[in-house]
Amino acid sequence: MSERAASVTPTEEQHDDQTTTDADESGDDGAASSDAETTPTPVTTGAESVIRALENAGVEYAFGVQGGAIMPVYDALYDSDIYHITMAHEQGASHAADAYGIVSGEPGVCLATSGPGATNLVTGIADADMDSDPMIALTGQVPTEFVGNDAFQETDTIGVTTPVTKDNTFSTDPDRVGTDVSEAFALAGEGRPGPTLVDLPKDVTNGETDREPDGPRVPDTYEVQERADAEIVAAAAERVENAARPIMLLGGGVIKGEASEACRAFATEHEIPVVTTMPGIGSFPEDHELAMEMAGMHGTGFANMAVTHCDTMIAVGTRFDDRLTGGIETFAPDAEIIHVDIDPAEISKNIHADYPLVGDAATVVDQLGEAVDASPEAKKWRAQCQQWKSDYSMAYDAPEDEPVRPEFIVEALDEATSDRAVVTTGVGQHQMWACQYWTYTEPRTWVSSHGLGTMGYGLPAAIGARVAAADDQEVVCIDGDGSFLMTLQGLSVAVRENLDITVVVLNNEYIGMVRQWQDAFFEGRHSASDYGWMPEFDKLAEAFGAQGFRIDDYDDVADAVTEALAYDGPSVIDAHIDPQANVYPMVPSGGDNGQFALTEDQL
Amino acid sequence: MKRGLEGPPPEERPTPAGRRNKQGIRIDPEIEATHDPRRTVISVLVEHEPGVLAEASGLFSRRQFNIESLTVGPTTADDRARITLVVEEPDPGIDQIKKQLRKLVPVISVRELASDAMRRELALVKVDAERPDQVAAVADMYDAKTVDSSPETATFEITGARQKIDAAIETFGQFGIREISRTGTTALARGTDETAGRDPATAVSSADAANQSHEYTQTPTDD
Ligand SMILES: Cc1ncc(C[n+]2csc(CCOP(=O)(O)OP(=O)(O)O)c2C)c(N)n1
Repeated sequence: MSERAASVTPTEEQHDDQTTTDADESGDDGAASSDAETTPTPVTTGAESVIRALENAGVEYAFGVQGGAIMPVYDALYDSDIYHITMAHEQGASHAADAYGIVSGEPGVCLATSGPGATNLVTGIADADMDSDPMIALTGQVPTEFVGNDAFQETDTIGVTTPVTKDNTFSTDPDRVGTDVSEAFALAGEGRPGPTLVDLPKDVTNGETDREPDGPRVPDTYEVQERADAEIVAAAAERVENAARPIMLLGGGVIKGEASEACRAFATEHEIPVVTTMPGIGSFPEDHELAMEMAGMHGTGFANMAVTHCDTMIAVGTRFDDRLTGGIETFAPDAEIIHVDIDPAEISKNIHADYPLVGDAATVVDQLGEAVDASPEAKKWRAQCQQWKSDYSMAYDAPEDEPVRPEFIVEALDEATSDRAVVTTGVGQHQMWACQYWTYTEPRTWVSSHGLGTMGYGLPAAIGARVAAADDQEVVCIDGDGSFLMTLQGLSVAVRENLDITVVVLNNEYIGMVRQWQDAFFEGRHSASDYGWMPEFDKLAEAFGAQGFRIDDYDDVADAVTEALAYDGPSVIDAHIDPQANVYPMVPSGGDNGQFALTEDQL
Repeated sequence: MKRGLEGPPPEERPTPAGRRNKQGIRIDPEIEATHDPRRTVISVLVEHEPGVLAEASGLFSRRQFNIESLTVGPTTADDRARITLVVEEPDPGIDQIKKQLRKLVPVISVRELASDAMRRELALVKVDAERPDQVAAVADMYDAKTVDSSPETATFEITGARQKIDAAIETFGQFGIREISRTGTTALARGTDETAGRDPATAVSSADAANQSHEYTQTPTDD
């Protein structure tokens, strides 16, 4: 990634019309922007106001694809310090912006033109919505007078995206459009984060205005409760003190809410075992003695035993997705549940909360910490948890003369990278192995499509993650052959921008997760899951200008991993793994978490 | 050769005796914790902007909540509209509806109305007028206003609670109903009680509180 100057921080005065009007009007004063203190040139069009709103919000990067209806915005972007990364497909732009938001904590920005541009963004928007990731999408739209007439490249973007955005706005006024963008930006990151969208008709962005946008501020109707009700906190604290079998269940909200520190402090002070959901991976160090790792469908056996047998569950920032809970009837059936969430609608949506604590995760966990006077007496329980950890350890065998086990490759990559390395994935078996066999210790290092389960997420997410991550953080995409094939055109972007990412395709020539289910539940009838026509990904990478590597047996692993990580730019390892490898443990859909299968014949 | 993970198989593992019901509530053998559906009126004050009705109604279809009726109209403020919804759901569902509506950005406030709230709907009923005297007598009985009449038909306007309108339609049925058109329910709270004033994002909703104490309120179905 090329070094870029820190973005210009606009001064307060620019909101003042008086100050901006007396700025010099000579259009050729390009050098002025080198001085961060200089008042920026006043806006003259809606499009400039859109870009100014992004600059005011501190946006440094945007991901997108050009097109007719969005052209005025791109024209304004031409003069901006915002670094735009042109993607090969809009789906990539929305995934990259999503991943940028996850890794940086600031809303990622994506742009697309009207019609097909906007609809191509939708998968990534829906993905961000399911995972509560902060993101803002700006879509071009046909001029207002054509809206509703089925004009060229017209889509009802507002209609299409309403169910998959936190909020969306159709802009109607050049004087107001910048403020619409400011609000959308603020809203994306505030409270429970999510994607917001602003639809920008071409006449509005082309329209004249001298109105500077207001600063990023959420609309008045949007209110977020920070602190939980003190009485319920006190009751919950008492429950914790009296617990015999307590666990903490940490969800994605812990990471979005920057509550990892608070949760770690609480768990270690009171010696409470910690389970995470898939989006919660990284919120608690998996190498800690109290860590029980991920629970749910492909969670560890010990995590699922702990969830099933606990009597008190402190659940933070989770929506109790069915992949976590399995059948509702058998989910933590003995446990009283303390549920911390910033979104009141999550409380008792799927699992009834005995102690509903609405508020900011970090604040509420601290509140709870202050209210708990004595740690629960749970020595026996902790011993039981440790016993389960050894009973159901995540071991596998890897005989030299057999095809390479995917778990081995995941572990090799983990060992070769730092604790802060960022992992992105596609969706399928490889994603589960990446959860199970990589030891995550830091928040914002696990970037995956949890709620929507979007194949093709891995590579564009790696691009967004690379841009957001620090230089010394490696970015590794663990992908499946089927998933990689869906968005691999993004390699052209990675090559053009010289992004240092390592893609490892766990190539089983199947869409493996489907094959696994077919073997288990459809009598081995491999309908449309056999992908025996896969290209050679290492050569394909080279055709794109990236570096290619190949793994055929165990002897290749160490070298391929070392060289690919060392390569300064995008590299792709085509890792041919045991095509029959399956993911276990497994709780079948709607099953009892405690009854996870360790082999196929236990299903 | 052994493949896969180790550990006791499912049948050798301990299983807790407890269970939850479909609503995720732990089953307390002492208390039958199932919630029957009840009919209730929810009033929603929203910013009067394009798309807000689609957003609210889209939420209902997406989340599989059943709307019995939905009406919308302006308020005293130009930039505000009121949506009145009648829903029939168990308590946890009603609770979710309120919370989900509250999440929509253009929504200003959401209130479930008390059972004594004033609820009205309007119906237009077009009947065969072969027996005009008898038709007029029935109309009188229900305070129905004649809005149109022809040699063959008479059309009445009836306002009132849902049951009254149902009853009127049933009685008119003897003459032969050609067409009916009904609005949904609109409603306001009684007295100085505000129908949908500003309320903060409530920490514990009524249903959450009820869940906790296992007390469920049954509201009368209508006026
Ligand atoms: C866009 C999309 N289409 C279909 C699916 C359904 N699906 C889930 S996992 C899976 C197989 C993924 O195969 P691959 O990427 O090769 O990974 P593997 O399971 O082999 O590791 C499929 C098809 C999906 N999740 N996303």
